[in-house]
Amino acid sequence: MSTATTTPPSAQHTPLSQRPPGSGYRRLKDRSASVLLTAAMVLAMIPLILIIFEVTRRGIGVVSLEFFTETEPPPRREGGGYAAGFFGTLYIMALSILMSIPLGIATAVYVVEYGPNRLTSAIRFFTDVMTGIPSIFVGLFVYGLLVIGWGGMGFGTFAGAVAIGVMMLPIVTRSAEEMLRLVPEEMRNASYGLGARKWQTIMHTVLPAAAPGLATGSMLAVARGIGETAPLLLTAFGSGLVVTAFQGEAQGAVPMQLYRGATQPFEAGIDRAWGAALCLFVLVLLFTVLARWIGSRGTR
Amino acid sequence: MSTEAREAPQAPEDPRRGTLRSGKGRLADPIFKWVVAACGTTVLVILALMVIRTTSEAWPVFAKEGFFGFLFGETWNPGRSRTEITGTYGAWPFIYGTMVTAVIAIAIALPLSIMVAVYLTHLAPRRLAKPLSYTVELLAAVPSVIFGLWGLHWFLPTVLRPFFTWLESILGWFFLFEGPVRGVGYLPAGIVLAIMILPIMTAIIREVIAVQPVEQQMAAYALGSTRWEVITKVILPASFSGIVAAAMLGLGRALGETIAVLMLIGGSQSWGASLFGTGSSMASHIAATFGESSPESRIALMAIGVALFLVTMIVNILARVVVWRLGQFTGDAAV
Repeated sequence: MSTATTTPPSAQHTPLSQRPPGSGYRRLKDRSASVLLTAAMVLAMIPLILIIFEVTRRGIGVVSLEFFTETEPPPRREGGGYAAGFFGTLYIMALSILMSIPLGIATAVYVVEYGPNRLTSAIRFFTDVMTGIPSIFVGLFVYGLLVIGWGGMGFGTFAGAVAIGVMMLPIVTRSAEEMLRLVPEEMRNASYGLGARKWQTIMHTVLPAAAPGLATGSMLAVARGIGETAPLLLTAFGSGLVVTAFQGEAQGAVPMQLYRGATQPFEAGIDRAWGAALCLFVLVLLFTVLARWIGSRGTR
Repeated sequence: MSTEAREAPQAPEDPRRGTLRSGKGRLADPIFKWVVAACGTTVLVILALMVIRTTSEAWPVFAKEGFFGFLFGETWNPGRSRTEITGTYGAWPFIYGTMVTAVIAIAIALPLSIMVAVYLTHLAPRRLAKPLSYTVELLAAVPSVIFGLWGLHWFLPTVLRPFFTWLESILGWFFLFEGPVRGVGYLPAGIVLAIMILPIMTAIIREVIAVQPVEQQMAAYALGSTRWEVITKVILPASFSGIVAAAMLGLGRALGETIAVLMLIGGSQSWGASLFGTGSSMASHIAATFGESSPESRIALMAIGVALFLVTMIVNILARVVVWRLGQFTGDAAV
C-alpha cells in the first residue's frame, strides 16, 4: 500500500485512499449483500433458540423426581414418568459404549500407527461412508442379523445396543484417528529411544497423549447415540416397563418412548414427551459441551 | 546396540537379551498389531454383513416384483403369509416422498448454508465468528426426535400452518400448492429437514471457503472489487466442488432421516403432486409400519431399506470422492 503513495497523484483523480470501494451502484449492492448475509446468519440461529426455548418452557414443569423413578401410566392419565425409558437408555448405552469405543479407538490405532497401506485406506474410506448410512437401515440390518437372523434372539437390549454401537463406531473412529495424528512424532521417537516396543509406545505414550481428544470424540459419539430413535424401533422395540433382561425381551428407551408419547393424541402423554425432550436435550448438550471443553483444554 | 555388544561378553546370558527382536515379550508386538488390525477390519466386515444380510433377506420381494417393478410400482398391499410373498409391493409412493422432502430440504438449506458460511468466514466480527459457528453446529447435536416433537407440536401449528394457509390462498391455483392444507405433509417435513441438514452443510462449506488462498482475494480487492464481488467472483467459484460435496452429504442425510420426517409427513401410503399433501418417505414408512407388520411385509420393508441404502451410498460415496479430492475437509464438527 505504501508504494502507491510514491507515484505522484494526478490532479484529476482523488487519492486512492479517499475513494470509496466501487461506484455508488456497486457499493449499494455490496451493502445490501452484507445485510442479506447477516440476515441469513440470524435466520440460521433462530431454530436452535426456538427449540431450546420451547423445550424448556413445556418440559420444565413435567420433570420432577418421580419422572425418573416411575413408569408411564396409559397416555390419557397424568403423572408418572419415564423410568423404563431412562433405565433402558442407560442399559443400551452402557453396552454400546463398551462395544464401540474400544473397537473404534483400536481401529484408529491401526489406521494411524500401522498405515498407510491398502487396508487402512479402505478402512478410512468405508468409515467415512459409514457415517452416512441411514440409521433406519442400521436398524433393519441388526433386525435381519440378530433379531430374526443367525442369532434368532428376538428383540431386546443387546440388539438395540449393537444397532447404536454401529451408529457410534464411525464417529469414534474418525475423531480418534484425527486425535492420534495430532500426537507429535517426537514423542513416539523418544519412547522408541528409551527401548519401548511399538505396543508399549502406543499404550503408554500415544494413547495417554491423545486421551483428551479421544474422550472428546467418544463423548460426541455418546451424545449422538443417546438421541437415536429409528434403529431402536426395529431392534429394542420399546417397552413401558423396566426390563432387566440382556436379550430376548423388548427393551424401552427415552427417545422411543418420547416418539410414541408425542404421536398419540393425549395431552398428558404429549406433556410427558416434552419433559423427556428436555431431559434428552440437557443430556446431549451436556455431553457435547463437555466434550468440546475437554477437547479445547487438551489441544491448547 | 554396538556398545551393548562390546559389554556383552561379561554377561553369561544370551548377548542379544534386551534387544527388540528377542527375549521376553517378543510376541507382544505382532499380537498387538494383529489385534488392532482385526478391530480395523471389523468396519469392513460390518459393512459387508449389512449388504449381504439385508439383500439376501429382501431377495424374495425383488424376485417377485422385479427390481424396477418394486421401485416404480404404486400399490403397497402387504400380504399376511409367513412363508411366501403374497402381497403387492410397489415402493414408488415412498420413493417419491423421499425425493420431494429431500429436494425441499436442499433447496432451502443450500443457499442458506452458503450464506451462513460466507458470513462466518468473511463478515462476522472476529470475536463472534467462533461462538456463532459453534452455535450453528450445536444444532447438529439436537436429536432428531426432538426436531420431530418441536416440529409437530410447536413449529407446525404456530408458524407453518398459518403460513401454508396464506400460501395456499395466493398460489392455490398452482399444482404444487394445491389445497387442502392439512398441516402435516411433504412441505413441513422438508422444511424441518432443511433445519436439520443446515449444520453439516454449513460446516463443510465453511471449511472449504476458509482454505481458499488469500492471495487471490487480496488481488481482487487490490483491483478495486467490493466484498460482494470478491465473494461471488473469486471465493464461490473456487469453492464450487466443495459446495457440491456439501450439498450431496446434506442430501444423503435428508434421504435417510427417519423420525423427524415420520412425525411430520403424515404417514399416508399414497402420493400426490401438491406439497401440502401427506405421504411417506422410505425411511418413515419402514419405521411407521414395522411394529404392526406381518413377517412377510417386514421382508418388503427390508427391500425398501436396501433401495434406500443403495441411493444414500451412491450419493455419499460421490460426495466423499469429491471431498477426498479436495483434501481433508470433512466437516468433523458436524458428523
